[in-house]
Amino acid sequence: MDQTAAPPEIVPDLPDPFDGKYPIRVRGLRNVFGDHVIHDGLDLDVRRGEILGVVGGSGTGKSVLMRTIIGLQIPEAGEVEVLGDTITDARDDADIDIRSRWGVLFQGGALFSTLTVAENVEVPLREFYPEISDDLRHEIARYKVLLSGLPAEATSKFPSELSGGMKKRAGLARALALDPELLFLDEPTAGLDPIGAAAFDQLILKLQQTLDLTVFLITHDLDTLYEICDRVAVIADKKVIAVGTIPELLALDHPWIQEYFNGPRGRAAQDAQARHDAVRATLSDDGRSSPDPDGA
Amino acid sequence: MQFQRYGSCVALVALDDLPHEAGKMRELTDFQLVQSEGGSTSTLAFSGPMTVSSLGLADARLRAISDSFSEIDLTGVTRMDTVGAWTVWRLSRDHDARIIGCSDEAQKLVDAISKADSNDHSVRAMRLPLFQRVPEHVGDVMLGLGRGMLQVVGFLGQIILSSASLLRHPSRFRGKALVHQMELVGVNSLAIIGLMSFLVGIVIAQQGAVQLRQFGAEIYTVNLVGRLTLRELGVLMTAIMVAGRSGSAFAAQLGTMKLTEEVDAMRTIGVAPMEALVIPRIAATMIMMPLLGFYSAFLGIIGGAFLSSLTLGIPFFTFLTRIQEVVPLHDVWVGLTKAPVFGLIVALAGCYQGMQVKNNAEEVGARTTAAVVMAIFTVIVLDAFFAVFFTNIGWG
Ligand SMILES: Nc1ncnc2c1ncn2[C@@H]1O[C@H](COP(=O)(O)OP(=O)(O)O)[C@@H](O)[C@H]1O
Ligand SMILES: [Mg+2]
Repeated sequence: MDQTAAPPEIVPDLPDPFDGKYPIRVRGLRNVFGDHVIHDGLDLDVRRGEILGVVGGSGTGKSVLMRTIIGLQIPEAGEVEVLGDTITDARDDADIDIRSRWGVLFQGGALFSTLTVAENVEVPLREFYPEISDDLRHEIARYKVLLSGLPAEATSKFPSELSGGMKKRAGLARALALDPELLFLDEPTAGLDPIGAAAFDQLILKLQQTLDLTVFLITHDLDTLYEICDRVAVIADKKVIAVGTIPELLALDHPWIQEYFNGPRGRAAQDAQARHDAVRATLSDDGRSSPDPDGA
Repeated sequence: MQFQRYGSCVALVALDDLPHEAGKMRELTDFQLVQSEGGSTSTLAFSGPMTVSSLGLADARLRAISDSFSEIDLTGVTRMDTVGAWTVWRLSRDHDARIIGCSDEAQKLVDAISKADSNDHSVRAMRLPLFQRVPEHVGDVMLGLGRGMLQVVGFLGQIILSSASLLRHPSRFRGKALVHQMELVGVNSLAIIGLMSFLVGIVIAQQGAVQLRQFGAEIYTVNLVGRLTLRELGVLMTAIMVAGRSGSAFAAQLGTMKLTEEVDAMRTIGVAPMEALVIPRIAATMIMMPLLGFYSAFLGIIGGAFLSSLTLGIPFFTFLTRIQEVVPLHDVWVGLTKAPVFGLIVALAGCYQGMQVKNNAEEVGARTTAAVVMAIFTVIVLDAFFAVFFTNIGWG
């Protein structure tokens, strides 16, 4: 058990001035509800331009960690730095600028129920850039909705008229409204059918590559981890116990990590990934281009 | 070469008139239309960042360009996001212009955006033109009123059915929920109803005495306070207060539960929402209303006695003894008969409106308002009816 105490990759003693390499840095975070300690001495770095998957058992505080990073939850101790600003002591007016540089997709979508999908996307635009004309704002809302994989008819629909998967996509469109550098996703594929989940994964990957996003992705979905995450952070024992690529994590001897990745579901996802890679390899051997991830 | 400048000369503009930005400087998009010598081709050349934060002010001027151009030059663009890419794509689409000097990243964005170009599907929900909308709305309201009445009667019928089935299976009755609601409806409102009634009692005694003094009949203040509070005001004011406090709470609670699908979840588990949610609330209100009404009348009388002892020279206990003599017992029965009926109406309105909520959060607000308005309106109408009724049966 001792060898797991040292995470494979936590950058030691980062230089203090923010160098832009780590859009998110968390140091010594402690979160407590009543006498229930959720995080204690949690450290995490997210690199620019990566998709970081965050995993951990239910109730280990993944959502709470995300809420702390975006400033919704005031930690008892510790420091959170996002895009060079310290969140933990940010005053309301000071952190407005930073709020225009991230997008958040909440677990339940959290769409404004009295507004249509497109109007939901327009809310942050209206709030931060009131000088944008109505025409341009409508156009922006429309292409963001399409970019998130919703059909054009969905723009004028209300959240109550959407299915679960469509709500997630609409939430993603709103999270992307301001062209953020940072995207926070809380279990985006939970509750989607496997095909919908795979399409959502590819959508996130494509957007991340096109828009050069840094993505903080909480997920339980092993396929998502294998398919699109550059690195995975594991939360257990109130800390981030390890950060690394999946092969790096598999090399560790922590019982929870082994159970997670080598359990029946973990195996299935590994096999699927292996098959996927094999198909890709043969296709490119034939001189054909690799299959379009979107399918259609 | 001749230059035509559309963009501002200085790309840095003070943003004092924009919220969040007072005193800050932001780099803005700049552009110019460059015409070649012969005037055959012209180029729209952008410079500076093309991002959501920099394009807002340039957009109007871009849309105002009426001259045609055949090239869009992005060589001078420092940064680009999807809003910039959209602007470039839209201009190239509308003016049939070629994009030149585009970096790889920008090209990737423009390609992605061009695939997400829709044919102007509306951003808003479907809306009819005004002259159709107004009559439609009027019709909707009228039909809604009619249908609403029917539905309320239907709802009442369901309640009666559920109550009957509860009578047959008393073990299904939710005693805990009932007691909890009785506490919320009754016990927790004692302070506010008590204060209100006490003060109204003072006002009646004071104003009554001023008028009656003109006939030297000040002693009749006792009759006035006693009969008015016990027969009418005690129960009526309590009903209005309970409608505001508890009827609205019922509508908001049940409405939110409907929105979060808690009510549906209950149904699927086999718990009837009628039995678990509606009946305890209605029963609690019907039980508490007579108690609260009597309590209210009692405190009204205390208020009247208090004022009389201070300013009219009628001692406190004399006032109370006189009340016994001048108030006929049937006044108490009148008040106590009306109270459960009013309680039923208040709780019914709250629960009915709450269960009608669907779609969105705004609906919860609208239904809560409707619950209170419906309850108070019905209570006052019924009170008038009761006044005539009881007088006619000889309880005048
Ligand atoms: N507002 C809150 N008040 C009290 N406890 C909370 C609150 N939010 C979360 N918790 C607790 O914190 C723990 C972590 O929650 P959460 O971050 O939502 O878990 P998950 O990792 O599944 O997202 C849970 O045990 C939960 O009970
Ligand atoms: Mg969670």
